[in-house]
Amino acid sequence: MKYFALIFLFCFSLVAQADDLSGHAAPAFSVAALDGGKIDLSQLKGKVVYLDFWASWCGPCRKSFPWMQEMQKRYGAQGLQVVAVNLDQEVAERDGFMKKLGFNPSFQIGLDPQGKVAENYHVKGMPSSYLIDANGITRLDHPGFREDNAAHIESAIKLALGV
Amino acid sequence: MIRKVVLLLIIGLFLSACAPVKPWERGNLARPEMSLEPDPIGAGLKNHIYSSKEAASGGYGVGGGGCGCN
Repeated sequence: MKYFALIFLFCFSLVAQADDLSGHAAPAFSVAALDGGKIDLSQLKGKVVYLDFWASWCGPCRKSFPWMQEMQKRYGAQGLQVVAVNLDQEVAERDGFMKKLGFNPSFQIGLDPQGKVAENYHVKGMPSSYLIDANGITRLDHPGFREDNAAHIESAIKLALGV
Repeated sequence: MIRKVVLLLIIGLFLSACAPVKPWERGNLARPEMSLEPDPIGAGLKNHIYSSKEAASGGYGVGGGGCGCN
């Protein structure tokens, strides 16, 4: 009977727990890039990385794109690299989103259709963003995107860049 | 008794297969036809007629779609 209870509890413990990544080392990843290359986090060491997870069907993700473009333009020279990882399972939907965007993103777009990287980062909502400093430590773990929160994220970016 | 325990255990083991949908897997749930009210204009009209007839309004529907992001 005791074992029964233990196994029963074990079954429930299999459901993964969400946790905050800030203050921890950012999980390493290497994904294919939309433009054909590869994006490897280890190669971005020394840069402040704004890692964003998005999908075509997510409304706030669409809103975050012009903002990410602006951040890349404003802080790219100071060492910021925006990496937006797409989690669409349908290639056509992702392409439709890119076409509707109306501009060509100057930041990097990675592809993770299986959601393996998202799994490692414990993505809690769409979009989810992580600010990774020059030493590879996650400074900010931010689910969602709202325009009134953007200033808060920008100040975290400035702090990580030291500008 | 033993048979019941074994049955419960087997059910318990399969519970882990009922994993929640991951946030990035909600593409299909986010489709307009998956929302509780697929026709918002029609629903507005229906609610207007209903509240006129009943002389009371509110208490129907919830906000947001299925993707948990809007």
